[in-house]
Amino acid sequence: MIPPAFDYHAPNTVPEAIALLGRLGTEAKLLAGGHSLLPMMKLRFAQPAHLIDLNRIAELRGIREEGGEIVIGAMTVENELLNSKLLAAKAPLLPEAVRQIADPQVRNRGTIGGDLAHGDPANDHPALALALEATLIVQGPNGRRAIAAADFFQGVYATALGETEVLCEIRFASLSPRSGCAYEKLKRKTGDWATAAAAVVLHMQGGKVEAARIALTNLAPTALRAHAAEQAILGRGLDDVTLRAASAAAMAICDPAADLRGDRDYKMAMAGQMVRRALLRAAERCH
Amino acid sequence: MAKQLIALTVNGRAVEQAVEPRMLLIHFLRETLQLTGAHIGCETSHCGACTVDLDGQSVKSCTVLAVQCQGAQVLTVEGLAQGAQLHAVQEAFTQEHGLQCGFCTPGMLLRAYRLLQENPDPSEAEVRAGMSGNLCRCTGYQNIVKAVLAAAVKLKHAQSAAA
Repeated sequence: MIPPAFDYHAPNTVPEAIALLGRLGTEAKLLAGGHSLLPMMKLRFAQPAHLIDLNRIAELRGIREEGGEIVIGAMTVENELLNSKLLAAKAPLLPEAVRQIADPQVRNRGTIGGDLAHGDPANDHPALALALEATLIVQGPNGRRAIAAADFFQGVYATALGETEVLCEIRFASLSPRSGCAYEKLKRKTGDWATAAAAVVLHMQGGKVEAARIALTNLAPTALRAHAAEQAILGRGLDDVTLRAASAAAMAICDPAADLRGDRDYKMAMAGQMVRRALLRAAERCH
Repeated sequence: MAKQLIALTVNGRAVEQAVEPRMLLIHFLRETLQLTGAHIGCETSHCGACTVDLDGQSVKSCTVLAVQCQGAQVLTVEGLAQGAQLHAVQEAFTQEHGLQCGFCTPGMLLRAYRLLQENPDPSEAEVRAGMSGNLCRCTGYQNIVKAVLAAAVKLKHAQSAAA
């Protein structure tokens, strides 16, 4: 399979990429890791006349700490997240989840920014960004603006990213060393998208939940923050009753599409299971 | 849709060629350079038959554009052996019978080659995880895993002999 013909542009800076987007308009697509876009082009689901390759923009890569915040360049590839000592110490949710994304070769190309900006509800980073309460920094012709992850995902392949904007950074507060986190993903095989997955960040105090963030992957047209499930466990211990309540509250907001991974009932049941498992594992990791 | 000139190194040889932007690396290797070792399997970045080494990393060459390889170093299965001397991973795949039909083998060899540089002393579980982006439709995984583990031992011996 060969993609349809296009013109290729490889800018070296973000302003150059933005200028190209402005000049080429809606005929242009940004190329990150290409592991969603190129297959879609081969299948003619996407036929952009221009590709603007972000891979040569050095300023979009890297992971750093800035005043208690973790800052990840949008073109940082999954394997860099997986191998980052900084993330292992300050945001272990990400390496744990990334290990469950795709396979080693794909993780050498696939980027965190591409995963987020593609707007595919099956991708894992949207729920992770919600659970980390991340802020996405985008840059356009008029400068930079910050979009909360909670406001970024608008529907299947629809995000708040403007047509002449480039996603530059993902920022979030380091997780407290006392917190526990977990990403539980049910998938049929290596490289598959989630049948259902849940991300949890948890704080426990004296055996009771002090704070909780729960987010869900591939269970609705966008990743979901499960606020009601969080409320169901706040101030309580994690026992069978509260775990059931959290799972039920998470299942209640799911609206999955039936596909080869299962029908709606199965996926919702698995959503409940993933929430339960992620809560238990995160609790084990709390100090 | 003008062609673009790219200059890169493939198996140690400098290559310069004008390519259409839409040409995939796998087609550039197979059709332009006649290096037909890397295979086309699924074409959707699942199977790993097209795995090559790009700037020291394993990639699926069906999902990389040739124009993106400007200035790159590419290694394919044709570049693994040194003259008549097979690389340790090739020897190990031969000795452990790490193939059945052989279609996935070039991708397996290139991934094993890079995996053993990333992790020279892998456990069996690490080999399985590290090779998880390569599918064998004959399901001959057991011997493939054995071969990768045997190659690790060979490489360690070669290194201590050289030291």
